[in-house]
Amino acid sequence: MKQEEIGLRVRRIKHGTVIDHIAAGQALNVLRILGITDRSNEVVSVVMNVSDRKKDIVKIEDRELKPEEVDKIALISPDATINIIRDYEVVAKHRVILPSQIEGVVRCMNPNCITNTDEPVRPRFVIHRNDAVELHCVYCGRVISERIADFLI
Amino acid sequence: MIRHVINITDLSRDEIDRILDRAAELEPIAHRGSSNILSGRILATLFYEPSTRTRLSFDAAMKRLGGDVIDFGPIESSSIAKGENLADTISVISGYADAIVLRHPKEGAARMASEFSSVPVINAGDGAGQHPTQTLLDLYTIRKESHLSNVKIALVGDLRYGRTVHSLAHALSLYNARIYLVSPDQLQMPDSIKGDLINSGTRITETTDIDDIIDVVDVLYLTRIQKERFPDPGEYQMVAGSYRITNETLRNVKDDLIIMHPLPRAGEIDCEVDASKHAIYFKQSFYGVPVRMAILSMVME
Repeated sequence: MKQEEIGLRVRRIKHGTVIDHIAAGQALNVLRILGITDRSNEVVSVVMNVSDRKKDIVKIEDRELKPEEVDKIALISPDATINIIRDYEVVAKHRVILPSQIEGVVRCMNPNCITNTDEPVRPRFVIHRNDAVELHCVYCGRVISERIADFLI
Repeated sequence: MIRHVINITDLSRDEIDRILDRAAELEPIAHRGSSNILSGRILATLFYEPSTRTRLSFDAAMKRLGGDVIDFGPIESSSIAKGENLADTISVISGYADAIVLRHPKEGAARMASEFSSVPVINAGDGAGQHPTQTLLDLYTIRKESHLSNVKIALVGDLRYGRTVHSLAHALSLYNARIYLVSPDQLQMPDSIKGDLINSGTRITETTDIDDIIDVVDVLYLTRIQKERFPDPGEYQMVAGSYRITNETLRNVKDDLIIMHPLPRAGEIDCEVDASKHAIYFKQSFYGVPVRMAILSMVME
């Protein structure tokens, strides 16, 4: 499917952020990571499984996402790109960059980890990238290497 | 300067060597001696889980150094019973003491405590996680009673769930050890740890039969095989029996072989072995005192 046809599906936005090249099927998790819920006010368009199920696209109007907000997306979709739109023009475009640490985004998969208790501590992980993305819990040492989206907070 | 002691892998070989050197200096005091190295200092021991030797050896270590020890007594009569969380307890206690020793049932508890504490935190076991002072006393024992560099050591028993052997294996990889992993099939060392060892250049060999290796090693490190790991009690009996050490098992071992065990034992070593020159496990337990003295003096100096 060509880009113009996608344009027909979801109109161009005047101002805001377009997140493109999201791994197919991960758009809803991207919204979760960005903290966009049913209580959010932004106009959001979600397109899933376009270009022959190869990717998802999320468009958020009137909000320019900062790099530290979007880089967390790299956890579930390392090839995503961020386009900042002003007056229908792309004024900035970059790929998400996997941060070296994340805090408060993913919970530890170890039920006996101190971060899964009532203690006032946010789950924190050091990120390693070999072939796949690996999250190492700073507290208990448990490693999450598969189905990271299942552990999003 | 060492601040917190949370995980053995936080320590470099150089830092480990310095702790072991200091323990060697302090060992004469640990033998019925006394000193004023930490006089006027207070250690808080917070044990959220029962412990005998770890708790008592920290107590003994602090007192041999001339310091004092406080604790919160039985959990039932403390503020924890009123629901106070660990973070608050640590914030409060770090105002009362010069260092904190913590044992807690949750993995990562000690790391978290170190973030809330204004004084050094020493991890005395967090759930199935880390117990670095056990590893340090194991290393001290190997260095003192055998040799650390290029040591040939067999880790025997429950290598799957035993945190002691996981930490020890990681630490031994700093000393170019030759490690033999001896366990029943269902209790093998996890692949992630074997991977770490291989990546660090450590040579490892796995076997299920202790007789394959017993005659070539310098150190035999035994661990408890727990009944609850086996669905069938008959299978447990058979497997545990095949790893039991008796004088007969030791017939052809190296003359200077040492046998270690973190204790308490559950039948892995027959009592008849206690009298043999190879039996080091009670000495090993004693070495917990000088090693913990070294750690306490280094974090509070």
